[in-house]
Amino acid sequence: MSTRVKRLFGRSLSLDRGGRRVLDDLSFEAVAGSALVVTGANGAGKSTLLRLVAGLLKPIAGELGLDGGDPELSIPQQCHYFGHADALKPQLSVEENLGFWRSFSGVVDLDVAEALDRVGLARLASLPAAYLSAGQRRRLAFSRLLVTKRPIWLLDEPTSALDAASEARLMEIVGEHLAGEGLVVAATHLALPFERMDSLRLGPAVVEAA
Amino acid sequence: MSALGSLFVREMKLATRVGGGALMGALFFLIVVTVVPFGVGPDLNLLARIGPAILWIGALLATLLSLDRLFQVDRDDGGLDLILMGETPLELVVLVKCLAHWTATGLPLVVASPLLAVFMNMEPLAIGATSLTLLVGTPALTFVGAIGAALTVSLRRGGLLLAILVLPLTVPVMIFGVSAATAAVQDPVPFATPFSILAALGLFSMVLGPIAGAAALRFAGD
Repeated sequence: MSTRVKRLFGRSLSLDRGGRRVLDDLSFEAVAGSALVVTGANGAGKSTLLRLVAGLLKPIAGELGLDGGDPELSIPQQCHYFGHADALKPQLSVEENLGFWRSFSGVVDLDVAEALDRVGLARLASLPAAYLSAGQRRRLAFSRLLVTKRPIWLLDEPTSALDAASEARLMEIVGEHLAGEGLVVAATHLALPFERMDSLRLGPAVVEAA
Repeated sequence: MSALGSLFVREMKLATRVGGGALMGALFFLIVVTVVPFGVGPDLNLLARIGPAILWIGALLATLLSLDRLFQVDRDDGGLDLILMGETPLELVVLVKCLAHWTATGLPLVVASPLLAVFMNMEPLAIGATSLTLLVGTPALTFVGAIGAALTVSLRRGGLLLAILVLPLTVPVMIFGVSAATAAVQDPVPFATPFSILAALGLFSMVLGPIAGAAALRFAGD
């Protein structure tokens, strides 16, 4: 029986990338309704942590757990991952790109036109994605989070390439997700204005030998 | 529309739009088969005899040519991460991607083969037999090739390595394809025996390809 997601936690997670320890004995906790903001220098392991939660990297030690949620589904299946890559096909139009992810990724939420309207791309619906600017691509990629329902949002530098107005709009949408008892883990090096937030600071990156 | 149905539709759209490469394989096939008569010379009997083999070699190379981008585009744009996270079994995703890839690049080869067979001075029975073996055999090439495409997904310019990895596995398909096609015109050998083995290879690779390909993609995620 599916219940509301309450808490996502990691206990003593360690992970190596390319022979280097990126996460070392890291524990964290993210609660529904409040954003967990992960900060740290470049290379501190912010993206690695998000990819770990998304199931794209496997820890060498430690465990991830979820309180609540759908026991039939794994943690990654309940996550929306908004990473650096946009997952857009330049040959397909804006609505075709979004429509594919809507029908591919499980429980549907907003329809394509509504989602595009939310991110301010409604007028460009039939334009091939190849002609979008960097910020527009980012907004289109973000609209993927609106067309299917998943309780956990993993946002990796969500506001990169966005102008002030788009950033405010995106933060408003994330705020609504939090208000609906959603769970957000955001990696960023900027101060993001969340109403309720916890923060997790990752240690400095290992300085490469000169 | 179901997840897999929409995946198939998207793959077909990507293949047939500008830069999709659906016709690239068919054009390459055309080039290979067209230059052979010029190289071999106007010996019509010889051309008719080697015709099925040339068509099969052309189809094999044309299939390998387009396979390296099968999963790489999705990996580069981050789509593969989302597919890996999703609820749709990766094996079925690989199966559907292969089917779409074959429909876009393999089927045109089969359709073009009777026309190109005329260039090779093949008789109608041989043309029919060769096209039939290509219809049954090219999916096997795609499915076996998908394993190589999945293994080389994280490599830049993995296309050559893919060909080297996959070529030994595709040799049996080609051997039985060509022997079935020649058996149709040469009396002592029955057509059904090599053709059944070809069909079995096709079915076998249709099961093995998606399972092995999915395993390789999961491994490449790291």
